[in-house]
Amino acid sequence: MKVKVLFFANLREQLGTGVELVDLPDSASTVAGLRMHLMRRGGAWSDVLADMKVVRVAVNQDMAAANAPLNQGDEVAFFPPVTGG
Amino acid sequence: MKISIQTEDFDLGLEVLDIQQDNRIGAVASFVGQVRDVPMTLEHYPGMTERALQKIVDEASARWQVMDCTVIHRVGALKPTDQIVLVAVASAHRGDAFAACEFIMDYLKTRAPFWKKEQTGKGTRWVEARQADDVAAERWRLKG
Repeated sequence: MKVKVLFFANLREQLGTGVELVDLPDSASTVAGLRMHLMRRGGAWSDVLADMKVVRVAVNQDMAAANAPLNQGDEVAFFPPVTGG
Repeated sequence: MKISIQTEDFDLGLEVLDIQQDNRIGAVASFVGQVRDVPMTLEHYPGMTERALQKIVDEASARWQVMDCTVIHRVGALKPTDQIVLVAVASAHRGDAFAACEFIMDYLKTRAPFWKKEQTGKGTRWVEARQADDVAAERWRLKG
């Protein structure tokens, strides 16, 4: 299944991409599964996504936990803790 | 209720005037945040930002009497003393207005997807989240 994956702030800069469509195996259809799938690319991907203490995830624009399920067409965003205001 | 993400500046007086126009309103509390020290660029997650702010305002409205409310957050390039954020809450009495205004700011700080990148003399750096902001937001949850 395909999901739209977004990256923001320092994650976007370190990964060199802000958005991409990812074809995810059905066996990896959770937030944690997607993260592992991306980390297998190695290089910056495994470094940047390794520390989940400093990476937040939203699914369809709501904050989501690692075990949150993913479905075809979902929008998944990875970003650091927020610093607005 | 008004929620706006914008590059342009805002006028506190005009925004407050806008939410005072109801004879049941007896109090308006407002907060303005501004840039300190160094220039910065603010990035956000379009779509989720508006959604997160709306949820925060809805939660404040469930806890206190919020008769009207305006939240404005600027994005893009900002320099020291530029205004960044405005929260203004109108209510019948000051207690609800003060509490709802502070609650909205504390939750915005920890839940709305904005990120600051500072330009210092040595280059640029992404601002790190402060634990004190998490503590301030958590305080409201503990109050129930």
